[in-house]
Amino acid sequence: MIQNQRAKRSWSARLVLLIPYLWLALFFLAPFLIVLKISLSQTAIAQPPYVPVLEWAAGWAGLKAFFAALSADNYAMLGSDWLYPVSYLKSLEVAALSTAILLAVGYPLAYGIARSPRRLQPVLVMLVILPFWTSFLIRVYAWINILQRDGLLNDVLLRLHIVDTPVAWLSSDTAIYIGMVYSYLPFMVLPLYAALEKMDESLLEAAADLGCPRGRAFWLVTLPLSLPGVAAGMLLCFIPIAGEFVIPDLLGGSQTVMIGQTLWMEFFANKDWPVASAIAVALLGLLLVPMLFYERMQQRSLEGGR
Amino acid sequence: MGRRASIFNIVSVTLGLAFLYLPIVILVIYSFNGSRLVTVWGGWSLTWYRALLSDRAMIDAAWTSLRIAALSASAATVLGTCAAVALTRLGRFRGRLLFSGMVYAPLVMPEVITGLSLLLLFVALDVDRGFWTISIAHTTLTMCFVTVIVQSRLVSFDRSLEEAAMDLGCPPLKTFLTVTLPLILPAIAAGWMLAFSLSLDDLVIASFTTGPGATTLPIRIYSEVRLGVKPEINAVCTIMIAVVAVATVVASLASKRGAVRRERAGA
Repeated sequence: MIQNQRAKRSWSARLVLLIPYLWLALFFLAPFLIVLKISLSQTAIAQPPYVPVLEWAAGWAGLKAFFAALSADNYAMLGSDWLYPVSYLKSLEVAALSTAILLAVGYPLAYGIARSPRRLQPVLVMLVILPFWTSFLIRVYAWINILQRDGLLNDVLLRLHIVDTPVAWLSSDTAIYIGMVYSYLPFMVLPLYAALEKMDESLLEAAADLGCPRGRAFWLVTLPLSLPGVAAGMLLCFIPIAGEFVIPDLLGGSQTVMIGQTLWMEFFANKDWPVASAIAVALLGLLLVPMLFYERMQQRSLEGGR
Repeated sequence: MGRRASIFNIVSVTLGLAFLYLPIVILVIYSFNGSRLVTVWGGWSLTWYRALLSDRAMIDAAWTSLRIAALSASAATVLGTCAAVALTRLGRFRGRLLFSGMVYAPLVMPEVITGLSLLLLFVALDVDRGFWTISIAHTTLTMCFVTVIVQSRLVSFDRSLEEAAMDLGCPPLKTFLTVTLPLILPAIAAGWMLAFSLSLDDLVIASFTTGPGATTLPIRIYSEVRLGVKPEINAVCTIMIAVVAVATVVASLASKRGAVRRERAGA
C-alpha cells in the first residue's frame, strides 16, 4: 500500500509537502541556527551589533577567520554573573509551582465538566475555551484593575474589615501566580477533560459492584486513567510559563525577574544581542526534554490513528 | 450510575467558571465608568469610548493589527492545511521526523525565543522590518495551530470515502478537492479563526519583529498599560471582547447549522 502510494505521488503531493517544509525550514529552523551562531559572537558597536560577521566574499579564508572568532564567552558570562542563574531558577520555580496549582485547580473543574450531563458538556467546554480566544494581554490587564492598590480586591477586603490597610497585591509573586493560573487554566483543563471524558464509566460501576468505595475508586481507577491528560496538561503549561514575559512584567515586582524578562532586557534595553542569544539557547536547553516529551505525545495522538 | 451532578461537581465547575469570567466582567463594567478613578463609580457613561474615537494612534494600531491578522491567518491556513495533509496522507517520506518536529515545536516554544530568532533572521537577511516581517512571523507561529486542528479532523473522518472515489478512478488531486476538502472545511475555518485571533493577540513576537511605523494594537496597549490602568484601555478591551464573543456565537451557530444539514443529507 505504501509502496503503491509512493509510486503514485504526483507533483501536487510533492508541492503540498514542499511548501510548508521550506517555509518552516526558512522561518523556524534557520533562525535557530542564527541564534546559535550569534550566541557565540561578541558585542560590537556596529550594524548589526555583533562580530564576527561572515564575509562570503572572502571565501575559504573568511570562513576560517569566522570560525576562529567564535567563542563561548557569553555562556561563561551567564554562569559567572549571579543575575542569570537566579532568574533561571526563578523561572523554574514559578513554572513548577504554577503548574502544580493549575493541576489542583484544573482537575476538579475538568472532572466536574466530564461528569456533568452529556448535553451540557459542549457548552461548558466552550465556556472554558472562550476566554482563551480573548486577548492574553487583556486577561492579564484585567487583573491589574483588580489587584492594584486602590483596586477592587482591596476595596472589598477593606469593606468586609478583613484587612485594615490596603495590601500590595500587585508587583508581588502572588500576582504572578494568579496571572499564570488564570491565563493557562484552559491549557490544563482541556487535556484533562479529554482524558476524563473518554473514560468508560462501566469501570466505576464494576468497582462499585465489587464493593469499592467511591473515594478509593477515584484513586484506583479514575486517576490512573487520566494520567495521559495530566501529563499533557502539565507540559502545555510548564513549557510556556518557564519562558513567560508578559505576566511577570506586568504583574510581578522588580525583585522577581524571570528568564524571559532577562532576555527581553538584554535585547531591548542593553542591546546586547549575543548575550540575549546565549540566554535563548540556554532556555531552550532547559526546555528541550519537556518539549521532546510533548512532541512525542502530539505525534502519538495525531498520527497514531494512521 | 446515572449522571446525577454531585454537589462537589457543581461547586467546582461554578467556582472555576467564576474565576475565569469575573475579571473580564469587572473589566467590561468599569469601561462604562464615568469616573477616571478605578475604585470610584461615577455612573454609567460612554466617555471612554468617545475618547477612543479621537485616539488616532490607537485606531491606526487596530487597523494595522487587523490587516496583519487577516493576511497571516490566510497564509497560515494554506500552509497549515498543506502540512496537515502531508502528515496524514503522504505516509512515510524522507525528513518526516524533522518536519513533524518543526510543525509541533512552535506550539509550545516560548515566544521570546521565537521572536528573537526571527528578528535575527530578518537582520541577517537585511530586510526592512515592519508590516511584512510581523506578518511572516505570525504566519510561522499560527500555521502550526492550523495544522493541529486540520490534522485531528483528517485523522478522524471516514477514509473509505476517499478510497471509494480513487477506486472509481478519480485522480488524487480531484479526490482531495471534491471529497476531502469539503469534509475538512469546518476545521480549516476554525483554524483560520484561531490563527486570526492569535495574531491579533500577540505582543512578544510582534515587538521583536516590528520596525518603525508598524505598531500593532497589543504593542500600543502594552505601552499604555505599563504606565498604569487607563479607562480608555478598558474600553478598547471591551470592544475586543465583544468582537470575539459575537464571532464565537456566529461560528458556533454556523457549525451547528452545518451539522444539521449534514445529518439531513445523511438521513
